[in-house]
Amino acid sequence: MATTTDDKSEQTDTETGLELHRVALYGALLALVGAYLSPLYSGLTTAFKTQEAYRNTSPLQPPIEGVTIDPWLTAGSELAFAMVNSFAMVIPAAVLSALFGSLTAYGLTKVDWRGQVFVLVLFLAAVFIPYQAVLVPLRQFWSMVGLSQVHPRGELVELTITHIAYGIPICTILFRSYYQTLDSELIEAARLDGASLARIYRKIVLPLSLPMFAVTLIYQFTQVWNDFLFALVLLSNRSNYVVTLELNALQGSMATNYSVQMAGAFIAALPTILVYILFGEQFAKGQTL
Amino acid sequence: MDSLRNSIKRLNPLSASDSDFFESMPFWLPATALVLLFVYGAIGWNVIISFTGWSGLGQPDYTNFTLEMYRQMPSDPNFMASLRNTVALLVAFTGVSLVVGLGLALLVDRKIRFESTFRTIYLLPMALSFVVTAIFWSWMYASNGLIDTMLNGIGLGWLSQDWLGDPRFKLAAVIVALIWQFSGYCMIVYLAGLRSIPNDHYEAARIDGASTLKLYWRIIIPQLRSSTVGATVVLMVFALKAFDFIYVMFGTNPGRSADILAVTMYREAFSSSEWAYGAAIAVVLFALALTIIGPYAYTQYKRGAL
Repeated sequence: MATTTDDKSEQTDTETGLELHRVALYGALLALVGAYLSPLYSGLTTAFKTQEAYRNTSPLQPPIEGVTIDPWLTAGSELAFAMVNSFAMVIPAAVLSALFGSLTAYGLTKVDWRGQVFVLVLFLAAVFIPYQAVLVPLRQFWSMVGLSQVHPRGELVELTITHIAYGIPICTILFRSYYQTLDSELIEAARLDGASLARIYRKIVLPLSLPMFAVTLIYQFTQVWNDFLFALVLLSNRSNYVVTLELNALQGSMATNYSVQMAGAFIAALPTILVYILFGEQFAKGQTL
Repeated sequence: MDSLRNSIKRLNPLSASDSDFFESMPFWLPATALVLLFVYGAIGWNVIISFTGWSGLGQPDYTNFTLEMYRQMPSDPNFMASLRNTVALLVAFTGVSLVVGLGLALLVDRKIRFESTFRTIYLLPMALSFVVTAIFWSWMYASNGLIDTMLNGIGLGWLSQDWLGDPRFKLAAVIVALIWQFSGYCMIVYLAGLRSIPNDHYEAARIDGASTLKLYWRIIIPQLRSSTVGATVVLMVFALKAFDFIYVMFGTNPGRSADILAVTMYREAFSSSEWAYGAAIAVVLFALALTIIGPYAYTQYKRGAL
């Protein structure tokens, strides 16, 4: 598409006209890069400044005088236990909802078309519903089950199970669109040879699903790590706080110390930023469904 | 499930044999049951709670039902202000994000170098938690933060404001930050749409002598309709539940100028223990979401996209 417009400009414009056009294009792209990165940039410069440097220099200015890593140490020691909690929750939540999604999407291919559509409409709507519509019952439900009375970590287990349940719909939909593109001949042949559904899943479907597992795992990891609302409603014991909750608490207790707040925000975001940089393609795929 | 199976058999006796159906049950039934319980069971329970008038400590009384919670909404100035703000946020956020996202997509789609780097940067905010972005933007909007510093730097210092304190700017400040976070998402949706337009459509328009502007306006934008619809649904539904960002910035009580239904619901239920009223506001939010999702799910179904 770009070629066609470029060809056109070559026909009508002079060479310099074309060049100016490209310069303007890259100028606009770079200006936008500046705009998109500016909140992170001002956060990063501030996170390395002493309180004095923070007061006397603009956020545009890199930390040259009054450089310190104290904000990172303060925020890091405040957030460390919550990072551990987040990992303890997010790994089982992401793995199990992806696995459930894959099993469900595969199982549904053996169900009559009407039954499939019924389940899929339910799942599609579940991806979009505002979670506010379930918060009060969710709290009622878990206080009736009372895992938190059984074990001090019970709340964290409740939160993990909740995330698994709410992650299943999107994972199923992602896997289903992928399974529709799989070659069905191999599966049919195995079926005629008398292989059970479980065996076909283990031997054929699961190995072929690995690229989609990457997409769903990354999607769920980011979603669950970044969640705030479910954690806010389900966790009451500070020692069970996940990192988003603890970061919010840190912001409240360090209201005037932007350096510590910014360092804390970066620490809390680091796992998702790393995943995003390493697996950008898979992340984008999950977003566009 | 039994009745579902029977209706399936009746409607379509030849497909999906019974043995397949039973053998496949262990695969899809556990997850489906979990979703039915946690999502749909909870939604139904929430509707019931909204009719009980439950507030304060103790448990809801499921023997007495009342419409009182819904009746008091129109006369609750906080609720009405939240509803207005929710609609304003929804319209402004969705509209501007789509336009910005389309602009980004058109720029990125011009056979540029380092395309994936540019894409990665524009989409980066989507990978961040709202708690993180709310903290970054609180600092951006602070009196010595980047925005006022830049305004001073280019001689527009008189424009600087108490962005997060002044009721006139609070909601707009939130909307700008959310557009920053979501426009990259719109960009990738539009990019996927742009790349699925067949090349000969451009060729044909070029032969007809259409100008670049006309080419975009007449040929390209209309073909992006399904991208626009998909992104609009996602953005509008998100706008309804944009809780985290406002809560982290302003707490449970952002004031009438920035209150939205998602925050009002949380405050009524979890801060004031007006559980039934909170549940009723949640029902309103759910109904609003349904008016957006319903037609979308139906058209997807009609197009055979499910």
